[in-house]
Amino acid sequence: MTAVTTDAAAPDARQAGRWVYVSAVALLCAWVLVPLYFLLINTLSSPETVNSFPKPFIPEFDLGSLTFFANFAGMLTALKNSVLVAALTMIMSIAIGAPAGYALSRFDFHGKELFRLLILLTRAFPLPLLALPLAVMFIRTGLDDTVFGLALVHTTLAIPFAVLITFALFSGIPLELEEAAWTLGCTRLTAFSKVVLPLILPGITASAIFAFVISWNEVFAAAVLTIENRTLTAFLLQNLDTSPLHLKFAGGFILVVPALIFIFAVRKYLFAMWGIANR
Amino acid sequence: MNARLLPYVLILPVTLFLCLFFLYPFLLVSKQAFSTGAGFTLDNFREVTSYWKFPITMRNTLLLAAAVVPIQLALALLMATMVNRMQKGRDLVLYVWTIPLGISDLAAGIIWLAIFEQSGFLNSMMSGLGIVDKPVNLLTFQNPGIVFLAIMLAEIWRATAIMLVILVAGIGLIPKEYYEAAEVFGASPWKRFLRITLPLLRPSLQTALILRVILAFEIFAVVAALSGTLFPVLMGETYAYQFDLLNSGAAAAMALIILAISIAFTLIILRVLRVPKGATI
Repeated sequence: MTAVTTDAAAPDARQAGRWVYVSAVALLCAWVLVPLYFLLINTLSSPETVNSFPKPFIPEFDLGSLTFFANFAGMLTALKNSVLVAALTMIMSIAIGAPAGYALSRFDFHGKELFRLLILLTRAFPLPLLALPLAVMFIRTGLDDTVFGLALVHTTLAIPFAVLITFALFSGIPLELEEAAWTLGCTRLTAFSKVVLPLILPGITASAIFAFVISWNEVFAAAVLTIENRTLTAFLLQNLDTSPLHLKFAGGFILVVPALIFIFAVRKYLFAMWGIANR
Repeated sequence: MNARLLPYVLILPVTLFLCLFFLYPFLLVSKQAFSTGAGFTLDNFREVTSYWKFPITMRNTLLLAAAVVPIQLALALLMATMVNRMQKGRDLVLYVWTIPLGISDLAAGIIWLAIFEQSGFLNSMMSGLGIVDKPVNLLTFQNPGIVFLAIMLAEIWRATAIMLVILVAGIGLIPKEYYEAAEVFGASPWKRFLRITLPLLRPSLQTALILRVILAFEIFAVVAALSGTLFPVLMGETYAYQFDLLNSGAAAAMALIILAISIAFTLIILRVLRVPKGATI
């Protein structure tokens, strides 16, 4: 739409403008990618190279750092815990959040605004801080230092997103489809499972992945609530001042990889989810 | 099932969950902050605010937010408008720009540590260009400016994407007709941005700023990874109270202070960027 501007008489200026535009885009892409590339170099170098100077600017494809990471005491357990907590968070936040998203999109009921306010309120709070009182509560109930206990806190983080995102997704499916199914003999439940669910499933998967990433990346609550069963983020944080550089970089790399894949997997939904979840 | 009851049944799990894990802990943390064993007291607050590090911690956190958020807002707006007029490669560029969205603050801190540490890439580049002859230790207490800069860059690198996503979604909601009309009347691209994009983007700007500012006050792992204890921030001190000093009352007081700042700024943003009543796209 900007192509039809008044400066059609000055092709040189247009050309120059286009050039500035393209190089700005390229520069901003590099701004995101180059630091990641540096991390990749460090991860794929031997521990000796990581601690040496000057640094090479191409990776030497040595698995020394990653092997060291895998053999470091407790690291693999931490990795396993991270995956477990994130998977539990994913399941719980969707199982609990999606019905509410459906209710918000399909029904008008008393207290709807109040409920939305509760959901939005959680976004205005630094939620990880709530891990502090929960630590005490968990000790009393025996949930302290367990994967499940931490997953509950991460679910609190992920649930507002799950509700708002599923609300947006369900709103995108016309009610008429469901009504047509009802007239053809479906009950509310079968209409939902045969008509709505297949349509919504990719979107639900995307928001589940989003919940997974939220939990996978969370540092503060994980560090507060776990002692023996540390997650990867908590483990890395705890050992920041003592662990050697190559261990930090390999750990950082392991943290980044799933995020890259997941963002790629949900990229189509990212904007649709945020567009409506905003309003 | 009864259609009048069904919505309540559907929202019940979330409501219960949030009461148990959001409202209840919030009450607990308040109780913890205002008591030291017997009755109501402000001792915890007095203790944390009178600690010599507290003003520095507060100043650092606010300063960082003040330095980072405006840059991120400008950058996200720039990126969003650039993407908006893109015809080819839009998806790829958007994917690349949103990668940091999935990266944890700890990982971001580690990534920028790879650049700024003594044998890191910045030093390698500087020695390659002959600016320095031996690697300099950049992240020390002698270079508070560089430590601040490193944390700033890591934050901008990591957290601009969240604003970008919200703004791109918001721009997508603005009807194209407005731009076409503006063009007919000869408005320049800059005018169109000022008079159409910015005002109509207000709800998205609001959300983006609130989310971002709250996250800025929660900054923790980036700082821990890059500077250790060189640059104390509120969240890091809270963690230290809980773990190193085992003083959960003081930690709770710190938590409430962070909460109070977050809420205050949320209200300010809501007020400043309020959408006029009845105004819709």
